[in-house]
Amino acid sequence: MISAAEALQDFKKITPKTIPLVEPFSKGHRACQGCGEVLALRLAAKAVGMDMIAVSATGCMEIISSSYQTAWETPWIHVAFENAAAVASGVEAGRKALIRKGRIKDNGSKIVAFAGDGATADIGLQALSGALERGHDFTYICLDNEAYMNTGIQRSSSTPFGAMTTTSPPGKISKGQMTWKKNMPMIAAAHNIPYVATASPAWHVDLMNKVKKAVTIPGPAYIHIYSPCPTGWRCPPETSIETARKVVQSKVFPLFEVIDGQFILTRDIKKPIPVEEYLKTQRRFSHLGPEDIAYIQKRVDADWDRLLKLVQATNPEA
Amino acid sequence: MAGKAVLTGTHFMNGDEACCEGALAAGCRFFAGYPITPATEVAERMSRRLPQVGGVFVQMEDEIASMAAILGGSWGGAKSMTSTSGPGYSLMLENIGLGLCTETPCVVCNVQRAGPSTGLPTLVGQGDMMQARWGSHGVYEVIAVAPASPQEMFDFTIKAFNLSEEFRLPVTILADEVVGHMNERVVVPPADQIVVKDRLKPTVPKESYLPYQPGPYGVAPMANAGDGYYMHVTGLTHDERGYPGMDAATQVEMTTRLRDKIQNNLERILDYDTVMLDDAEVAVVAYGISARSARGAVLAARERGLKVGLIKLNVVWPFPEQFFRELAPKVKAMIMPEINLGQMVLELERVVGGRCPVELVAHPGGAIITPDRIIKAVQAALEEKP
Repeated sequence: MISAAEALQDFKKITPKTIPLVEPFSKGHRACQGCGEVLALRLAAKAVGMDMIAVSATGCMEIISSSYQTAWETPWIHVAFENAAAVASGVEAGRKALIRKGRIKDNGSKIVAFAGDGATADIGLQALSGALERGHDFTYICLDNEAYMNTGIQRSSSTPFGAMTTTSPPGKISKGQMTWKKNMPMIAAAHNIPYVATASPAWHVDLMNKVKKAVTIPGPAYIHIYSPCPTGWRCPPETSIETARKVVQSKVFPLFEVIDGQFILTRDIKKPIPVEEYLKTQRRFSHLGPEDIAYIQKRVDADWDRLLKLVQATNPEA
Repeated sequence: MAGKAVLTGTHFMNGDEACCEGALAAGCRFFAGYPITPATEVAERMSRRLPQVGGVFVQMEDEIASMAAILGGSWGGAKSMTSTSGPGYSLMLENIGLGLCTETPCVVCNVQRAGPSTGLPTLVGQGDMMQARWGSHGVYEVIAVAPASPQEMFDFTIKAFNLSEEFRLPVTILADEVVGHMNERVVVPPADQIVVKDRLKPTVPKESYLPYQPGPYGVAPMANAGDGYYMHVTGLTHDERGYPGMDAATQVEMTTRLRDKIQNNLERILDYDTVMLDDAEVAVVAYGISARSARGAVLAARERGLKVGLIKLNVVWPFPEQFFRELAPKVKAMIMPEINLGQMVLELERVVGGRCPVELVAHPGGAIITPDRIIKAVQAALEEKP
């Protein structure tokens, strides 16, 4: 198998002028006002194109896309909560066998699994790890809205520290979510797969290019997309994109790629905004005091420094 | 702290919330769960309520882990519980089997929705009745209760805990979406009027304790891990010491124990209510939300002069075999409404053994069975020539 870097040698970047006009994920869904996740999904689908075979775990995007018949213009399989990566593995392996036997033509179909943060970091982690380890040629996209929003805002292991959810209620002792967000992109990268990336819908062209790279590269690829949820985060719907921008500018959610094990910072933050500016527009963080915010700032800075060191260590030319 | 565990008074709450309150009143202090419609409200309330009474709420990464965690919690000495719905219950079944094999008291609330698979997450079903009896592999007996109202969600959750403690096994609450989500009056009695049973504790010296030696009524006393008693817990077939015995003789001994502790104590476990059954020519047999429809149907049919009565199953597993065998020759027919295409009715038919006709009033899920349909079935049964 060729390396990711080799596969990307003739990569044609999507630019604002060449954004695909196709809409594999189309109209006719019932996402909430201002949903950042459905926007991310639509952009990702555009980047993949009409030859996508989509596998969706149970979750918001599955529910909202299939209630008025369907918003999917491509083949779509809804699976149980925990097995998007396993079903995608089967689709890939099954097609590979049929192509090898000459029963079907290799028409370049791209297998893409979509799952939320709960379906990725919690219940589906085992299936995801298995699929990445086996090396199936597919792309796994985690649309991370940082809690179980479909069932009504329960915490997941991807919920950030301090966030209020219905199962992490803040009180006299509890600060809300008491644990630090699980670092899924790093877990995916630890499987030594060819391509891992993070993306935010506030940088939509960057997001689409990362998805396009992921489906271009042979072997497994993992993309983690930050997906604002105004309903669950208790912020105004019109601030979705602004939130998706601030999370990057505050270094809370760095945008990076890991290509063949090399870390690349896709957006360096020279003049970061304080995390408080990111937190204060979302009511899920409104109970946090100055000490909590200082703690978050400290850890965010430390995580950022660690990422920079990984970039320097793996990619000295950058 | 203890004062907050029993919210004595009259409340207006839904069945899921009442289930949480029933658990706390029964002494539950550990809950491990995972969000799933229509059971999420149990977990949500637990996350707020348990810390108030010194308990622990943990949200797990899935239902497999939730069920495993409450087995651990129970061996740690805490009365433990989880809640879920069909898809999650399917995932829990392996560990429910482990709990049955290791005789671990705990409670699983399954707020049933329509299936198979993801099915209708927000709409009612009663399709997990047989799964609760046979879903885990192997040879075992189970206990399951079926509440028909928020009040019964409170009462039967206490009952489920008591049965689990008394007989050392996971007990399933087979609720359903309508019972879980409906808001009704729930009366919580004073704490001293609530009967709470605790597992038998060893009375023998620590050296001579045998974790699976049947005690007074066939159930072995259970020590807590860490209390200094010898403890060897395994899902392998094991003897009275808890040691694996990889032979048929140990399997016979163990499964006999699992069966006898239930089958020899039926009078302490079985629970059903009867309504106007004395002179009834037709008996409606129902459980859960379908028992509410059945009750309405029986009362309306009586007003029209039809001789019909109701048997409401509060404990669905074990099934009251003897009772139905004796009832069968006295009635013209039995009618069972259930929100599946025929599950408990199979058990009823087996038990009745042809001594009277058994009719199913079925709905595959997504809606409750209306009383009209039951009345029609009653009329049809009464018109049948013998």
